[in-house]
Amino acid sequence: MTAPAERSEDAFPRTAIVSSAIDPAAVLARVGHRSDGSVLLFLGTVRDHTDGRPVSGMTYEAYEMMAANVLQAIAEEAAARLGTPRVAVVHRVGELAIGEVSVAIGVSSPHRDRAYDASRYVIEEIKRRLPVWKHEHFVGGDARWVEGEPLVPVGEGAAQRAGGIR
Amino acid sequence: MQVRTLFLAAYRDAVGTPALELDLPEGATVGDLVVYLRRRGAPFDRLPEAPAVALNRTLVRGDAALAAGDEVAFLPPVAGG
Repeated sequence: MTAPAERSEDAFPRTAIVSSAIDPAAVLARVGHRSDGSVLLFLGTVRDHTDGRPVSGMTYEAYEMMAANVLQAIAEEAAARLGTPRVAVVHRVGELAIGEVSVAIGVSSPHRDRAYDASRYVIEEIKRRLPVWKHEHFVGGDARWVEGEPLVPVGEGAAQRAGGIR
Repeated sequence: MQVRTLFLAAYRDAVGTPALELDLPEGATVGDLVVYLRRRGAPFDRLPEAPAVALNRTLVRGDAALAAGDEVAFLPPVAGG
């Protein structure tokens, strides 16, 4: 990777929901700066088992118009924690095979502590807030929706989280 | 008033359709819509009593008021990443 010294920062952070294969190098190329000593790339991939059962693949579905907005909001929050706008997040939808990349998170900052914190923040918030669902296909043919996290409107506390909305 | 209702992922499977146009009385809330749907009986009684709902792509509480042309999405617990 070459140091992208002259990049404009106007469009950061950058996020996308895509239906084709994610290129991790392209995500990495969107972050990094000559003032940054830490560049971090996280990849979420499809694993070949769950609860001891062999898995053959995963179909990801998004409520795409909402997911695009939520992903951008998460990336902007991460940038605020990071102290640089250099955050890039791509989430894939559609049918994925074992080992394929479902999400890529690139961040860079002058120091590693903030880079690790921001990267972790993005993946945890994705799991909590992004309207995306996984349909897990088992070897042998059956499939199920992966159990997830109930969504809660912003500002609602633990009681609402437990009970959902009324 | 007409509103467009969307069912995502497991909820689509539960009710057997991705979308439904509903005619609701003026002044109805998101909570009213949920009750109305569940009272239609099978398969809509398979929806939870208090699902997460997005109104025009923003999560809202049950007391959010609906307007003609709104998009109301029923969102199962999420599992991205």
